[in-house]
Amino acid sequence: MAPPANRRSSYSRRAQYTTFISYTAGVLGAAVGLALVIISLVNPGFFSTLRGLADDATEPAAQVSASGRDMGRDAWANLSGFFHTGSEHARISRELAEAKVRLVEARAAMAENKRLKDLMGLSEQDGGAVTYARLTASTSASSRRYATLGAGRDRNVAPGMPVRSQMGLVGRVMEVGASSARVLLVTDSESLVPVRRAADGVPAFAQGNGDGTLRIRLINLGINPLRKGDVLVTSGSGGLYRPGTPMAIVTDLIRDGAIARVLSNPSDTDYVMVEKSWAPPPPPPPATDSTTKKR
Amino acid sequence: MFQRSASRSSSGQRINHAPSRFLARGFPWLTIMLGSIVPGWFLVASAPVMPPIGFLIYLGWRQLRPGLLPIWAGLPLGMFDDLFSGQPFGCAVLLWSLTAIALEIVELRLPWRNFVTEWLMAMGLIVAYIVLCLALANIAGASSPIRVIVPQVIISVLSYPLVGRVVALFDRIRLAPIVLLR
Repeated sequence: MAPPANRRSSYSRRAQYTTFISYTAGVLGAAVGLALVIISLVNPGFFSTLRGLADDATEPAAQVSASGRDMGRDAWANLSGFFHTGSEHARISRELAEAKVRLVEARAAMAENKRLKDLMGLSEQDGGAVTYARLTASTSASSRRYATLGAGRDRNVAPGMPVRSQMGLVGRVMEVGASSARVLLVTDSESLVPVRRAADGVPAFAQGNGDGTLRIRLINLGINPLRKGDVLVTSGSGGLYRPGTPMAIVTDLIRDGAIARVLSNPSDTDYVMVEKSWAPPPPPPPATDSTTKKR
Repeated sequence: MFQRSASRSSSGQRINHAPSRFLARGFPWLTIMLGSIVPGWFLVASAPVMPPIGFLIYLGWRQLRPGLLPIWAGLPLGMFDDLFSGQPFGCAVLLWSLTAIALEIVELRLPWRNFVTEWLMAMGLIVAYIVLCLALANIAGASSPIRVIVPQVIISVLSYPLVGRVVALFDRIRLAPIVLLR
C-alpha cells in the first residue's frame, strides 16, 4: 500500500506547525495519561465518582442487553432440556421426595438451634436482603474482575455490602453510583474472603486467581487436610461476609492449599441479592491498664 | 454487471449525493467508543477472555486511515475506555497515546506496508498493550499471574484481521453518500 499523499511534509510553514502541534499534543496526551495513572495508583478511589456517572449513564442500555443475555441463555436451556425431559423429570421427582424429608429435618434443627440460642441469651439480628438486581456488565477485557450492578444509591446499596446469588457468594460492592454500583467479584486477585470447610470448619482464605478459579490458602500450615470436592463456605471472620454463604468447591490440591472453583458462576446468574454487610460481634474493649496508669 | 453497479453506488459514485461530513469525521470515534463499552455487556466474565475491542478498533482505524484520527485522540478515547475497562484510571490514556506515537514513527520509517507487516505491527502493539495493562493493574493492587492473559492475547492477535475487515466496512459506511446536494 502506498503512503497517503497528504502525510508528506511540505514547505508550507503552516502545515509544518500543524504537524508539530499535533505531535506535541500526542506526547502531552501520554503525559496526562501517566499523571492520571499515578493519581489512581496513589488514590484508587479518586475517579470513582466519574466511573459511577459513566455507569449510571449506560445503565439502561446495559439492562436491556442483560435481559437479552438472560433470554438467550433460557432459550438454550429450553432447547437442550427438551431432549432429556423424561429422565430429568424422574430424577427430579425422586430428589424432591428426599428433599422434602430433609427440609423437615432442617426445620427441626433450626427450631432447636433457635431455642438453644435463646437459652444462652445470644441474639442474632437478621441481615436480609437490601435489594435484588441484575449484574449488567463486566470488565471482560481487563485482568481485573469487576461487574456492574443495576442498582445503586437509589436502592440503598452501600460500599462493602456482600453480593450473592442463589448458588453462593458473588462478590462485594466497591463503588456506588446513583443507579448502578461496581462489584468486586470473588475471582479478582484483590478479593480475599475468609472461608471454612463446610463439613468441619477448617479455616482458610480464598483469594481470586484472576482466571475464574480461587486459591485456597490454609491458615494452619502443616498437613493439607483438604480433599477434592470439599465445599467451602464463608466463615464470617472479619465481619464482611455473612457466615455460612456457600462459596467454592475444591478441584485441585496444591502443596499449601487448593485450587477451587466458584459455585456461583456470575454469568449464569440472572438476579443477585445485595445483603447488608454482616456486623461482627463488637470487639472486646481495649485493656484500660495503660490509660489508668497515665492518669 | 450488477455487482459493478452495486459497488459503484456504495463507493461514493452516486450522482448528486455526498458523504455526510459529520459521519465522515465522527464515525471512527463513535465505533471506538462503542467498542469500549458494548463487549462488557455480553457476558459477566470470570476471567479476561474478551479481546480489548475498543483498542483493536482504534488500532484498525489508525492503520487503515493514518491521519484520520489525530495523534492526541488517545487522550479522550482512552479516558472513555478507562471509565468502563476496570483498569486503573489513566491506563488507556497513557497506552493509547503511546500506541499512536509508535505507529506514527513506524509509518515514517516504513511508508510502504502490506497485510503481513501491518498484522505484525499490530501483533506487537496488542501484546505490549495487554501485558502493560496487566502490569499496571498489578501495580494498583491486583496480583494476577501472567498466564491469565495468555488466552486473551491469543484471541486478540488472531481476531485482529477480522476487526480490520470490520473497520474497513465501517469506513465504507463512513463515506456512504447519504447527503443530497442542492
